Amino acid sequence: MGEKQEPLFTPTLLRRNRSERFWKILLQFSTFIGIIILVVLLLNIINQSFGYVAIGYKVSPAEIVDPGQNLEKLSVPQLAGIIRQRVSPGLLKQLEKGKTLEHYSQTELVKLVIEKIAKPEIVQTWSFWQSLRMREEIRREVSQLPGTRLVFFSWIRPDILISPQSSNPLTAGIRTALLGSLWIILIAMLVAFPLGVGTAIYLEEYTGDSTLNQAIRTNINNLAGVPSIIYGMLGLAVFVRSLAQLTSGAWLGLSNSESANGRTILSAGLTLALLVLPLIIINAREAIKAVPDTLRQASYGVGATRWQTIWHHVLPNSIPGILTGSILAFSRALGESAPLVVIGASTYITVDPANVFSRFTALPIQIYQWTSRPQPEFRNLAAGAILVLLALLLSINAAAILLRNRYKRY
Amino acid sequence: MKTLQKKRRDVNESFHLLKKRRRPGEQFIESTLVISGFLSIFITLGIVFELGKEALPFFTSSDFNLVKFLTGTTWQPQIKLFGVLPLVMGTLITTFIALLIAIPFGIAIAIYLSEYASFKLRSTIKPTLEILAGIPTVVYGYFALSFVTPFLRTLIGRDIVEIYNTASAGIVMGILILPLIASMSEDALTAVPRTLREGAYGLGATKIETTFRVVIPAAISGLAAAIIVGVSRAIGETMIVALAAGAGPKFTFNPFKGAETMTGHIVRVSGGDLSYDSIDYNSLFSISLLLFFMTLSLNMLSQWVVRKLSEVK
Repeated sequence: MGEKQEPLFTPTLLRRNRSERFWKILLQFSTFIGIIILVVLLLNIINQSFGYVAIGYKVSPAEIVDPGQNLEKLSVPQLAGIIRQRVSPGLLKQLEKGKTLEHYSQTELVKLVIEKIAKPEIVQTWSFWQSLRMREEIRREVSQLPGTRLVFFSWIRPDILISPQSSNPLTAGIRTALLGSLWIILIAMLVAFPLGVGTAIYLEEYTGDSTLNQAIRTNINNLAGVPSIIYGMLGLAVFVRSLAQLTSGAWLGLSNSESANGRTILSAGLTLALLVLPLIIINAREAIKAVPDTLRQASYGVGATRWQTIWHHVLPNSIPGILTGSILAFSRALGESAPLVVIGASTYITVDPANVFSRFTALPIQIYQWTSRPQPEFRNLAAGAILVLLALLLSINAAAILLRNRYKRY
Repeated sequence: MKTLQKKRRDVNESFHLLKKRRRPGEQFIESTLVISGFLSIFITLGIVFELGKEALPFFTSSDFNLVKFLTGTTWQPQIKLFGVLPLVMGTLITTFIALLIAIPFGIAIAIYLSEYASFKLRSTIKPTLEILAGIPTVVYGYFALSFVTPFLRTLIGRDIVEIYNTASAGIVMGILILPLIASMSEDALTAVPRTLREGAYGLGATKIETTFRVVIPAAISGLAAAIIVGVSRAIGETMIVALAAGAGPKFTFNPFKGAETMTGHIVRVSGGDLSYDSIDYNSLFSISLLLFFMTLSLNMLSQWVVRKLSEVK
């Protein structure tokens, strides 16, 4: 009994178990790396969106006001006096176009003084990590530069949401871009949602498993795989160029038909509608397919027509699934930039879009443009805008998932 | 007896009447549904037609030569040199680097999730991957430019790695398609019936042996389809290369130098105010057409692979 007896398979078993352990660790490690990448990506963006900024002034704020006074606490007449004194006549005329300086609010005037007289400029920026680690060095370095102030700056701030695009990174915001994005998504939704759901109903409820149906299905799957930039080229050729009269609003007399330019919100919305259409169809078909056939049979059994069955039974039961899929499709459209660049999103738009025939910019476009600029402060600004975009997308997706969990029955 | 027959006839007639009754509202709805159903085919044909139509002036112009178009190594529309190879080369390099990252990691993650991970772990990692897949590509481009490129430059050397390079774009593109490949592969692996695994365990195989000899061969069609879809996605990816890979078509095999891909070129040229009917404009459509057919054939290949190989199973 006590004698050691080696089973025949032991030599290979040891080796096999070793390889089992080795592979398991390797697989675990890969998964771990995947998660690390996500963390690094998010950390990198957060790292860029906070940090020290050295601001230099053309005229230091201390010089503008009399010694001992605080700019923010001055009264309206005092501020108006300062502006009259320091600003060129041309600019003054422009400022007083609508109302005299005295009719501005105090905070507006303070803003004007800083913007037009002090003219802050970014000398240098540091990332969050640098700001934490080399705090003393940065302070020393900045204190040697005359007339510069060191502030800890958060690039994502309420201001960024309400101020329009500007060439000065300190005052630039994403207001116009955000509005443009919302307009575009709205149009895409109005066009693609009914069309997509209609197609899904037709494919699921009206046609059998015919060759034609299969051809359409293959076709839609292929459309979902077409790169987004191709949709951009299609939009450029069809909506921007061929249908310029329609998409520029010339047919409504909103712009000159000679110089009709189709690079508008309407073209962008229609292009993105084409882009999300296959995604909506695929998702809606899955949702409709999940409705049990017994429901349909029961409805037919009491004498309902096909459309009555669809309207009163199939759609109410599949609408949570359809909505979830559609919301996810639109969140993809919200982050899409390539087709919009191709269609001709302008990057420098400072006024809010007035109607669907306005020239436009969108949030991802703004991020793209700021990122591709050589100045590092625009990178910081882009990081702030990215955080806004990610927050927006995350809340939309969370809403979709909640919707699915709350209402999904089949 | 007679009354019963009459009654039956009446019921039949009224049934027919009901069936024949005109319902204009429903007919209208049904015809709009039919129209929207055919719209998808129309869009596909529209893509081919429009791209072809706009590219036609380029293809028929006297400066165009199909052989030179496909084999020329210089793309400079200003001096009438239209060799698409540098752009295709840029696309292939970035795609290749992306696959080097995405295939091993993606499939490893898929295997880990489907074969090893506990239910709890899987239900936290899968949503994480889905988040990764939902991040807009322009954010990945930002990541490439602000993190990966500086990282590569300090790691390998500033003289070797240019500010804009295909390696950085390719790596980040790999990160982009990794969740796609991982989740498609995971679906394929979990679809393999449990009985197959039990059979292998019963014969004394270890978990990894079961995975490599039984599960993966059974799921190979799904894995292949995942990879093909990943390739197609990488070829069509735009914003990462537009931001990080550099501008100007260059024919180079060096991943640390800047080069322009097909998509990057389209974005750069069309980003400015492009005048219609210029040779620039028309040549962009020829590139788009090429891109469209490349991705289309890959997508069809992946569907064919799934159909063909899953019949064997």
